[in-house]
Amino acid sequence: MRSMPEIITFSINGSPVRVSGGTSVATAILISGETAFRRSVSGEPRTPLCGMGVCFECRVTINGLQHCLSCQTVCQDGMEVQTG
Amino acid sequence: MKRRQFASVVVVGAGPAGLAAAIRASESGRQVTVLDDNPSAGGQIWRGEKDRRSGNDASAWFQKFRTCPAEMITGARLIHGDPERRILSVETRQEFFEIGYDKLILATGAREFFLPFPGWTLPNVMGVGGLQALVKSGLPVDGKRIVVAGTGPLLLAAAAYFRKHGAIVPVIAEQAEWRSVAGFGIRLSKNLGKLFQARSLRLALRSSRYTFSTWVEAAHGKDRLENAQVRTGAKVWREPCDYLAVGYGLKPNIELPVLMGCRTQSGVVAVDEFQQTSQEHIYCAGECTGIGGVDKSLIEGEITGLAAAGLKDSARRLFAKRRKTRQFANVLDRAFALRPELRQLPLDGTIVCRCEDVRWGRLRPMNSWRSAKLESRCGMGPCQGRVCGQILEFLLGWHPESVRPPVFPARLESLTQDSEMKESLRT
Repeated sequence: MRSMPEIITFSINGSPVRVSGGTSVATAILISGETAFRRSVSGEPRTPLCGMGVCFECRVTINGLQHCLSCQTVCQDGMEVQTG
Repeated sequence: MKRRQFASVVVVGAGPAGLAAAIRASESGRQVTVLDDNPSAGGQIWRGEKDRRSGNDASAWFQKFRTCPAEMITGARLIHGDPERRILSVETRQEFFEIGYDKLILATGAREFFLPFPGWTLPNVMGVGGLQALVKSGLPVDGKRIVVAGTGPLLLAAAAYFRKHGAIVPVIAEQAEWRSVAGFGIRLSKNLGKLFQARSLRLALRSSRYTFSTWVEAAHGKDRLENAQVRTGAKVWREPCDYLAVGYGLKPNIELPVLMGCRTQSGVVAVDEFQQTSQEHIYCAGECTGIGGVDKSLIEGEITGLAAAGLKDSARRLFAKRRKTRQFANVLDRAFALRPELRQLPLDGTIVCRCEDVRWGRLRPMNSWRSAKLESRCGMGPCQGRVCGQILEFLLGWHPESVRPPVFPARLESLTQDSEMKESLRT
């Protein structure tokens, strides 16, 4: 059953972000206006391609753990997300 | 921390096929565990539908799943398996574990097929299903301009979805010829509901330009997408947009079935009438046995769940229903065949392997997957060739090599706990 949408507070590259509960980290990063989830091996900025855990373009660092797939991770209170 | 588990039926994938299989096997008295790498059940098509109350198909199936005793483990990625010992190696964010089974049901679904073109690596160029998944996970697109391009009925379903969420879809560029689609007698508006449960479809078709024999040949922008270069015959124009959603249909996820020794045929997992694979204890259902949409997935899932529970007579009663869904799938496949001009899309400087930034000019003269891997690292990145493998199959006719564990990048501590992989690490 869907209750009142809760608000999740966490950070992207040190800046505080507020989203409604259930939002994926990938979505939150796009909302924040960031256009480089990661840098490719030749330095290009990349955003998600497949949105479903296949392409690995959306990987970011979450709470210090590298290579987390942001499209398959739900935002949680106090999470620290690093892009680029 | 290592734990061992066992379930008489393990289902991999919690989309429509996996859920239907789990429900039927569980109703038949089997102890069932469902594993899925996403944060919640539903697969791609029912993403975000879990908590909806509306009386659609999805909510009815979720309701059945909630009340059946099957165990659900989300955020769980399969990295390895052993069909002889009947054990799977699973990684979650917190831990690694092995789970044993009596019967295994693989419902691994499908992924989108992408083709490389200049600018396709620019930020905000995404898959059709990819952008739709992001919108389903909360991305607002109100007032955004979204060009939808590629092929297949998913374009229409996605365009309708974006419009419903307030986006402007100036053009839906379908590469197939009108004649080809109409020639197969596909009444798209009538059949789309079957495939994707698309609502408000007429709205999307009325106020967006749906054009056949049309494709995106480049994406332009400085730091991010600014416009899409669209071609219809000799006519080329630039369509300003915030997002470009482009996808050339769906391809089955067969890596795990292949790793488990299941025979494939023409890129899909081969199954018998009870959805059993060439491996005695392994069944397969849904898109990985052939792309056919949600109705095919559900009925195959039900048959699989019953067959895995040993109820062959009950399974047999569903065969006629399954036949219909498969016929429609075959027709779709031929109607939306890819045109040869699409092979000319990449220029020498266009990236083909996005993980390792390997460009088309480098790959074009090579003669095999093996040399491409050795000389350029193409397909050696974290996606393990899932994106560029099918591209090179289309562009150069290369077939992907055999699948090796781990089938997804795994943490080192997981590899050292996996009894079999530990051996290979040592050598």
